[in-house]
Amino acid sequence: MEFLQPTTWRQALEAKSANPKAVPIQGGTDVMVELNFDRHRPPALLDLSQIEELGRWEQTDGTVRIGAAVSYTRTITELGDRLPGLAMAARTVGSPQIRNRGTVAGNLGAASPAGDSHPALLATDAVVEVESVRGVRQVPVASFYAGVKRSVLEPDELIRATLVPVATGPQQYCKIGTRNAMVIAVAAFGLALHPDRRRVGTGIGSAAPTPRRARDAEAYVGEALDAGGYWDTREPIPDTVATRFGDLVAAASSPIDDVRGSARYRQHALSVMARRALLWAWNEFREG
Amino acid sequence: MRLSFTVNGHEMKADEVWAGESLLYVLRERMGMPGSKNACEQGECGSCTVYLDGVAVCSCLVAAGQAQGRDVRTVEGLATGDDLHPVQQAFLDAGAVQCGFCTPGLLVAAHDLLRRNGEPTDPEIREALAGNLCRCTGYEKILDAVRLAADRMRAS
Repeated sequence: MEFLQPTTWRQALEAKSANPKAVPIQGGTDVMVELNFDRHRPPALLDLSQIEELGRWEQTDGTVRIGAAVSYTRTITELGDRLPGLAMAARTVGSPQIRNRGTVAGNLGAASPAGDSHPALLATDAVVEVESVRGVRQVPVASFYAGVKRSVLEPDELIRATLVPVATGPQQYCKIGTRNAMVIAVAAFGLALHPDRRRVGTGIGSAAPTPRRARDAEAYVGEALDAGGYWDTREPIPDTVATRFGDLVAAASSPIDDVRGSARYRQHALSVMARRALLWAWNEFREG
Repeated sequence: MRLSFTVNGHEMKADEVWAGESLLYVLRERMGMPGSKNACEQGECGSCTVYLDGVAVCSCLVAAGQAQGRDVRTVEGLATGDDLHPVQQAFLDAGAVQCGFCTPGLLVAAHDLLRRNGEPTDPEIREALAGNLCRCTGYEKILDAVRLAADRMRAS
């Protein structure tokens, strides 16, 4: 096994192009587990941790471009004010040691249906910036996941950054697990209110082969809030609307029974999380 | 591959390191620094916690090559000569050590908490130690130790 250690992004792209089976490594919180347990023996590791520019984030207009090496800890401390949903998701990741190393881009690269970032990224219409020597692509996160632990990344592509719109309204994130730390989600849900577009964004985790949006639920609640004039009056959302929203979120999932929970439990949990997340976010919107 | 990086202030070298080796393996097996413990090898237990460039990490999840040229501080680097760090002394005094296997990782995690937050609340202590498993103590004595260390560090 080779250890490739580029010091510039250009070198990294060239190395990936020449060694398409090389596995990129940054925080190592997923990749090293595979190696330690000998589950996977790639021909090369492509270490991205020497490339300084990947550790930066910048805000342009209404979008934060988060470099692929920005850790969860930094996402929480430096971006929590403008990206509250993603920061809430980041707080549920592993432990302090894991959050100090793990990254949103790594979560995307692993593309696990249980990745903690995904519901928050889906709810906020995030975009994944991927690049190869052939050029740059911007992939909306909803089109990024291709199957269980598979994404649309081509073999010569690397994730350069994640582009997340600055919040224009309250955001929420819920995760069910057996304890508060070091836990893989049994089910997770992300929600973002977009008052500027009079839309509600959603993201479902751990309850389908890939993370996914609950499109029917988004359409339903969008119409209900619009038709009732709620965005202007900021009146409380009727319980019937919130409950129906929760049911539609659950219906958008297609979970399995596994060691972490049954499909039925996951759907029930999703309906409850979605209803609560909507009401919490709406109450914050009313007070704001 | 050949590696060199700083461990507890000393320049250390290792030869013939395999590309997939962890920092933990290199510390323990190639550099003779067995303080950091090898237990789960998947970042679940925290017994291998070290500082990498001042950031607390699980050394089992750092590829050894990623430490090239960087600064590592292990549990062996907490004491000053024969003088234990207040966190270490507090673990002894509070009876927070039973089998001792989790202790090195807990010491580094507690050290990391107290240098950022000199007066942590109980929820903050629990959150800071959430990545460190102990199967002996039930954690109560460990919480006592962290509170004791915080008190002593504030007093001195």
